[in-house]
Amino acid sequence: MSAGKNLHPGINLGHSDPAGHHQAEPVMFGFWIFLMSDLVLFALLLATYSAMSVHGVAGGPEPRDVTDLASAGIETALLLLSSFTIGMASLANKYHDDGRRLLQWLGLTAVLGIGFLAMEARDFASLIAEGAVPQRSGFLSAHFTLLGCHALHVAAGLLWMAVLVLQLMATGLERALRLRFMRLALFWHMLDIVWVAILTFVFLYGAAG
Amino acid sequence: MNDEDLPQSEREDPRREFRHILMGLASASVLTALAFFLAVAKPLATGWLLAALGGLALVQIAAQFRFFLHVDLKKSHRDDLQLVLFAGLVIALMVGGSIWILFNQHARMG
Amino acid sequence: MSEELLYWLAGDLRWSDFPPKADMIATIAALIVVAGAIGVVATLTIARRWRWLFDNWLSSLDHKKIGIMYMVLAFVMLLRAVIEAVLMRIQQALSVNAQGVVSADHFAQLFSTHGTIMIFFVAMPFISGLINYVMPLQIGARDLTFPFMNAVGLWLSAAGAAILMASLVIGEFSTGGWSGYPPFTELAYSPGEGVDYWIWAVTLSSIGTTLTGINFATTIYKERCEGMHLFRMPLFCWTSLCTAILMIFAMPPLTVATALLALDRYAGFHFFTNGAGGNMMNYANLFWLFGHPEVYILILPAFGVWSEVISTFSGKRLYGYASMVFAVMCIAVLSFTVWLHHFFTMGQSTNVNAVFGIATMLIGIPTGVKVYDWLLTMYRGRIRLTAPMLFAMTFLLCFVIGGLTGIILANPPVDFQVHNSLFLVAHFHNMLIPGTLFGMIAGYMFWFPKAFGFRLDERWGRIAWACWSGGFLAAFMPLYWLGLMGMMRRTAISFEAAYQPWLNAAWAGAALIVCGIVALGIQLVVSVRRRSDLAVPVGDPWDGHSLEWWTPAPPPEYNFARRPRIEDTEAFTNAKRDGRAYHAPPSYEDIEVPRNTLIPAGIGAAGFVCAFALSWHIWWAALLGLAAMWAGVVLRSLQGDTERVIPAAEVQRQNEAWLDCARQTAPVTRFAEVERINRGRAMETT
Ligand code: HEM
Ligand SMILES: [Cu+2]
Repeated sequence: MSAGKNLHPGINLGHSDPAGHHQAEPVMFGFWIFLMSDLVLFALLLATYSAMSVHGVAGGPEPRDVTDLASAGIETALLLLSSFTIGMASLANKYHDDGRRLLQWLGLTAVLGIGFLAMEARDFASLIAEGAVPQRSGFLSAHFTLLGCHALHVAAGLLWMAVLVLQLMATGLERALRLRFMRLALFWHMLDIVWVAILTFVFLYGAAG
Repeated sequence: MNDEDLPQSEREDPRREFRHILMGLASASVLTALAFFLAVAKPLATGWLLAALGGLALVQIAAQFRFFLHVDLKKSHRDDLQLVLFAGLVIALMVGGSIWILFNQHARMG
Repeated sequence: MSEELLYWLAGDLRWSDFPPKADMIATIAALIVVAGAIGVVATLTIARRWRWLFDNWLSSLDHKKIGIMYMVLAFVMLLRAVIEAVLMRIQQALSVNAQGVVSADHFAQLFSTHGTIMIFFVAMPFISGLINYVMPLQIGARDLTFPFMNAVGLWLSAAGAAILMASLVIGEFSTGGWSGYPPFTELAYSPGEGVDYWIWAVTLSSIGTTLTGINFATTIYKERCEGMHLFRMPLFCWTSLCTAILMIFAMPPLTVATALLALDRYAGFHFFTNGAGGNMMNYANLFWLFGHPEVYILILPAFGVWSEVISTFSGKRLYGYASMVFAVMCIAVLSFTVWLHHFFTMGQSTNVNAVFGIATMLIGIPTGVKVYDWLLTMYRGRIRLTAPMLFAMTFLLCFVIGGLTGIILANPPVDFQVHNSLFLVAHFHNMLIPGTLFGMIAGYMFWFPKAFGFRLDERWGRIAWACWSGGFLAAFMPLYWLGLMGMMRRTAISFEAAYQPWLNAAWAGAALIVCGIVALGIQLVVSVRRRSDLAVPVGDPWDGHSLEWWTPAPPPEYNFARRPRIEDTEAFTNAKRDGRAYHAPPSYEDIEVPRNTLIPAGIGAAGFVCAFALSWHIWWAALLGLAAMWAGVVLRSLQGDTERVIPAAEVQRQNEAWLDCARQTAPVTRFAEVERINRGRAMETT
């Protein structure tokens, strides 16, 4: 492993902070591994969902009955935009020493993330109001679990963001904090990737199938 | 860490990175819009439609890895690329196998 | 107090859940646990060791101490699980056309706890412990990449083990086996706290294991010393890497399986229930997506140990290093392609079964390569039959038998005949005991002098080997036959007189295994008593070839005064041959080591509270435990000063003392290594 040559993909500190960059390497790699492990978890929930959405309907609502494409479209837009804003936040983290710009982009990301969660909560509430509760059938159990798990991840990301922002205001943008922001950005991007799969296999398949 | 040692394509450059993120946003938007169009207008037979939607999702996931997470073929990103590819292999085995098994069992229970 | 208030406060927990229990043996077991706990507390208090315990051990982030704590946990849990195994053997031997000594329900708890403990709280901690101790030393690192996370992993595993101990005293454990198949484990058939105990104990362990796996993989990728290319790593590091990768990717399916089962039980979902679209077969699928890679998590580190032990005690380089590495990698990847062989009988078509059956048999190829490599390593070597090497002999013999029966089971038509019979029980114990457990025992004996500075008594080591090997053969070979005669696993009472002699033999074998454990205990006590005779301060008692032997015994907190730089797999051997193994480095530098902290132990304690409270539906305590776990993580991120500096002068003083000691010690030849004159400086190899 020729030391130093191993730039961390994109989300990194590069030459703006060489020592921090060096420290970042194992930390970021470890976090990547965690993300891959998490991705397997989502993949299996999705596999369970695909089986349940066909075999587990039990006379209750089917995928097409619980698919609200308009709502899914808005959710997708929110999450995709938040992926963009957190990308901008990573750039600010890397190239700007004062935390202001970073804070602005993070604020925007948080607003988008909260909007996403609010939309999902609305979806869930309307399903429950129609009697399409997770206890109704295996399919609905899988539907709520898959989306709920993703929503929980988003909520955890927001909480994490809140803790980091508080630390940022207390101590300024020091190195340890920069590394944590980098990890948060990776985490957030990964949630968007998971959402692409959910959007396709839950909502679009539900509407098309 | 000396920037000069790196090939041109791997040097630090905020503008290039910004362009990257924009490209990520643009490609994801286009692909998503296309997928929605397919799902709503249903221009294809169901089987093909589902395959096309799945294909678009894969392309978009690859694009997001490329533009947002900066996983690509550059030498300095190899460790991560290998990791992601291996995860992809494991996921393919697990998901593909599970679906095969569960649908097969279900078909025989009827 | 009103019922409702009581539920808010104590959930479903009532006085009647505490001892005495309905059944005499269960009451005694509960009392043993309580007495054991009181005994430990009393001893620590009388010996005034609490401070020492907290300062030196419980708060440590040193990978070596964490490794040792893992192994202590494993040994304690091993004791309990073996006692349960003997009880099961007694029951089956006494229950042919009779009642036996325990009820069917108690028997079910016995095999459930035995299996769960052996897998999650004996084998896994043992493996994590051994890798923790040895791997960083072998790659010339100062610690793992994430020392804090390492400690969290340990304490989460310990919390899971504590849940199992609690279940012996308060309430009952699951009767659903180590695999917890629904629909039996659904609320409709297992309403009590037992399955919940199982779910949360396993969840704690699997979270800890995932964290540990991430840590191991990152360390091996990013912390190797200069010159240590991947292909120069000792084989144990390769097996550690593959194990870590399996931990990372195989734990999520378990988490999904148990989480969905928990949703069914706690929230009325229908993943695996009988009605409303539930599908219990998906549970089997998810569980074995984890379960099969898991068995390779268990065996690969042992392969690593065997490689080190066999090459060291044959006085030869490992034969076919590259083929060994390649074989391990093949096995790791293939292990994700065979999970269905655990449920051939579940009703999928012949084609599906055939594919997975063939994939299973394929694993025999790389495994065979390894066996031949070990044999060829010994071929023409000058073999010393020390205790670890003796265990290696038993391993090679028995592992081949176990592997062959595995290939037999990989034939779906054969599996249909012997599925869930004692033939299967014989097969997997045949892999797990001579493979994993003996590997861990051999590793413990092999590296013990490194960790504590003195060798283990050789004579008692051999006695332990004889008891374990003989005991294993007597206890498990009859089970193959019983399985072919049709005796099913998990049966508390049988009605076939022909089983009797075989069951008697099996129980005698189990008794011999107990003698083996006692011998291990005596060995430890005898060795501690004679530790000055057995001391090996120089640190290289077996003429080792990898870097861990190039440190004092025990190694300093920072492992290496200067991180080594190597140019070959046999760097230490070369240095010994050229007579420069114990030369002082040109200069020393300050070394940073992580400061101690009690947060990880706190996170473990909070995890225990959360899991216990969830099992009894004490919601406020569960929330509190969960919040406390996260608070621990946040608290850590606020800690500024997490490193402590050891000044260069101190490093120099310690290192020079060691080098002096090495130079003054007379070298010994390999054949005198179990003699008193072995002070840890093996003769320069020629
Ligand atoms: C040390 C001597 C051991 C003895 C005497 C022993 C004995 C037994 C017995 C009697 C059973 C029940 C078989 C039945 O269902 O009829 C059993 C099950 C089992 N044992 Fe062991 N065992 C030993 C070591 C181990 C080890 C080292 C492991 C794993 C590392 C292990 C893992 C298991 C598992 C997973 C089960 C299945 C539990 C279930 O049915 O859910 N055992 N063992
Ligand atoms: Cu298997």
